[in-house]
Amino acid sequence: MTETKYETKRLDCWGKAKELRTKYYKDYVECRERGGLRWEGGAWSFDALPEALEGEIRPLTEEPYGATCGAVPAIQRKYQEAAEGKWGCAKDLCAYMRSYWGSIILDEFAFGGKWPESDFIFQNHICCSHAKWLQVAGEIEGGNIPYFCFDVGAGPFYKIGERQIDYVTEQLYDGIEFLEKTTGRKIDDEKLARKVENTYRSACYWSKACELNQAIPAPLDEKSMYSLYVFGVLEKSNDDYADFYEKELYPEVKDRVANKIAAVGDETCRILGDSQPPWGFLRVLRYMEKYGVVSIGSLYTFSLVGWWRIDEEGNLKPYKTLEEQGITIKNREQALRLLSEGELKGKLMWAPFYGARIKNDLVKKIAKQWKCDAAMVHLNRGCEGTAQHQMELKLALGNMGFPVMTYEGNMADDREFDEARTMRLIDLFVTETMGLKRLKE
Amino acid sequence: MEPSEPLEKFKEVWEKRHDYARDWKKRTGGEVVAYFCTYVPEEILYAANILPVRILGSHEPPGLATPHMFDMWCPFSRDCLSQGLAGKYDDYLDGVMIAQSCLHPRHAFGAWELHVPTPWKYFLVMPNAVRSPRAKKFLAGELLEFKKAVEELGVKPISDADLDRGIEIMNENRRLMKQVYEFRKQDNPPITGAEAMTMVWASQLMDKREHNELVKQLLQELPKRKVDRETGVRLMIVGSENDDRPFMEMVESIGGTFVIEDHCTGARYFWDEVIPGEDRIQAIANRYCDRVPCPSKDWGPTGLDHKRFPHVLKLAKEFGAEGVILTQQKFCDPHELDIPSLRRYFESNDIPCYFLEFEVTVPVGQFRIRVEAFLEQIRAKELFV
Repeated sequence: MTETKYETKRLDCWGKAKELRTKYYKDYVECRERGGLRWEGGAWSFDALPEALEGEIRPLTEEPYGATCGAVPAIQRKYQEAAEGKWGCAKDLCAYMRSYWGSIILDEFAFGGKWPESDFIFQNHICCSHAKWLQVAGEIEGGNIPYFCFDVGAGPFYKIGERQIDYVTEQLYDGIEFLEKTTGRKIDDEKLARKVENTYRSACYWSKACELNQAIPAPLDEKSMYSLYVFGVLEKSNDDYADFYEKELYPEVKDRVANKIAAVGDETCRILGDSQPPWGFLRVLRYMEKYGVVSIGSLYTFSLVGWWRIDEEGNLKPYKTLEEQGITIKNREQALRLLSEGELKGKLMWAPFYGARIKNDLVKKIAKQWKCDAAMVHLNRGCEGTAQHQMELKLALGNMGFPVMTYEGNMADDREFDEARTMRLIDLFVTETMGLKRLKE
Repeated sequence: MEPSEPLEKFKEVWEKRHDYARDWKKRTGGEVVAYFCTYVPEEILYAANILPVRILGSHEPPGLATPHMFDMWCPFSRDCLSQGLAGKYDDYLDGVMIAQSCLHPRHAFGAWELHVPTPWKYFLVMPNAVRSPRAKKFLAGELLEFKKAVEELGVKPISDADLDRGIEIMNENRRLMKQVYEFRKQDNPPITGAEAMTMVWASQLMDKREHNELVKQLLQELPKRKVDRETGVRLMIVGSENDDRPFMEMVESIGGTFVIEDHCTGARYFWDEVIPGEDRIQAIANRYCDRVPCPSKDWGPTGLDHKRFPHVLKLAKEFGAEGVILTQQKFCDPHELDIPSLRRYFESNDIPCYFLEFEVTVPVGQFRIRVEAFLEQIRAKELFV
């Protein structure tokens, strides 16, 4: 065995994470046999609400499904070509969305079997595609699926006050009315309180785990983080997922930091990413490790799920859990307001929707706090939401004297990704710009 | 067509928009604010005697925008940014703003904020869920904040009387342009689609009080305007931002006439008025939530329906459109999302459609052949009736 600069080992909770994820899709398919209901919605939907209905309810979130398809280019291509050819959509639309539509058109579920239609749609909207994604999906599925969609575009995190929280909370009440009317089931307020607490636990403990990645050596590499954040976009209010973040992942990462257990044994260079990676080509991230490069995360990886705040010194800090804030939820109004408040104030991934300046400020903080040496920005043609202001980011980091490499691709459409070219770009960037040498195999 | 002074003036303003704005500023001493999206409530700017001007395309390759927006962003937005970066607005603009729109102009606005020296910048949080019962109250709150910001820019408070004036300037402009559009319903319309839309583009670029006078003059002329062209196939054009006059003129030179459209640079911009109310701000908010929506805001919150579809079908029928050209700026997600459904919707109502993807510059030669084929297809149908 080759000796490395730092001790490294696989995460102990990795197996548990795989088990939980497999169960998620299995439960979605099988829950009807147990009298359960199925709903489809966005990764950012307020899942605490349907999950607070009486009985078993299982979600299918659209973006992680699209990413799963993207990880297998042959499947992704088949689905996207169906969406483009049979439905007639443009091929530059969101890559996840095209896979999702194609899956419905071909009546195929990427995990096997026929497309498992849902009982209702419970969506959120901030990017142009969100609401329309399931509006079209519902149309493809025959136009009979009950649909509800929230608007969370209430302003940037630092401008959130009572009026903005009112706007979203009032929609949550409308959402409850929709759910009860559509399903014939009632919201259980005790369950709702627990689901909101879980949402806080998932969002805050993911952030705490990400914060630990400021350590040298980094305990987590971004490729692994993609597999770990996923629970926060599958069903953040789920009891098991919140427990996983709080009781398994966070303590383990803390332990790795204390014992200097590295994600990349020969960590010599820390880079910052941006946007989703090309899912079918994650080996690109492993390839960089041959130079001792570890990708420590990104605004995307940290805050797609995680909630953050800016402290008095202007630093990014994990948002506080309800327990840390000393709050016990007493009634529905409080639960719904807390849910709106956490998402609107804490989810910094929504900040770029309000301008390049805001994104630049946040990413510059990450670059400094996480002690990054350079950035590799995936100019993601597959997602306009996360690709916002990427070129501005390049300029802003460059002005800090920060080396930045950009490579164009698509998170989930292999027809727009040139793997060999990207590898060559990485070779040139890390050797010529960063002055690194390839480590011994 | 017989020359028309107001129509010539509209064309001149559209072509020399910066000269017009500079001259307006010199004449009035007022402020000029450029905006990116038609969800900007111009009523409040007019209430403060500020001239709102929409940033429209230059139809030149947007090379200057490339370091700020890579090419998956819509060419129109890159074109708008490029003009700002080229300094075309530098010597007269007092402010720039956007209302929460689709992501493409927002992206351009984000870069503009950082790189184009404009003293005042404003991002209005226009709700996305305009059809939600919660949106109007929220927007009214946003508009109150916006009013305060405009008061600071104009250095004076905006009274209810000012708001009434702003609302009436906008409403009168909407009413007058709608009267002009009535003429497009005629068997031989005395105004072409290119001319009608140029009138709308000019209204987005010039002082609406001056525009109103010209539209009134046009309304006097149109009943007696000599029509020396064949109407040919009556067409509707629907889609993303469109101020491509050469394309419109080309189609109208080969046997078609655009009798109506649904663009934010056309009917969709002015179709709905503010219904005055005691609470002026709420009345304005109601208008912007109730107006014919941009596809980016045409959803739910409950139900899969589109509010825009029955509206455009009604227009097509009222104006006697025999076919629809569906256009979309390349990469324009909101329209890309609607077009497959909208095409099916029109076709299920026996209105044939033809799709064209627009760029900043369009290949007029290729498009001519394609549109000719579409016109022939429609005419051929008539042979078998």
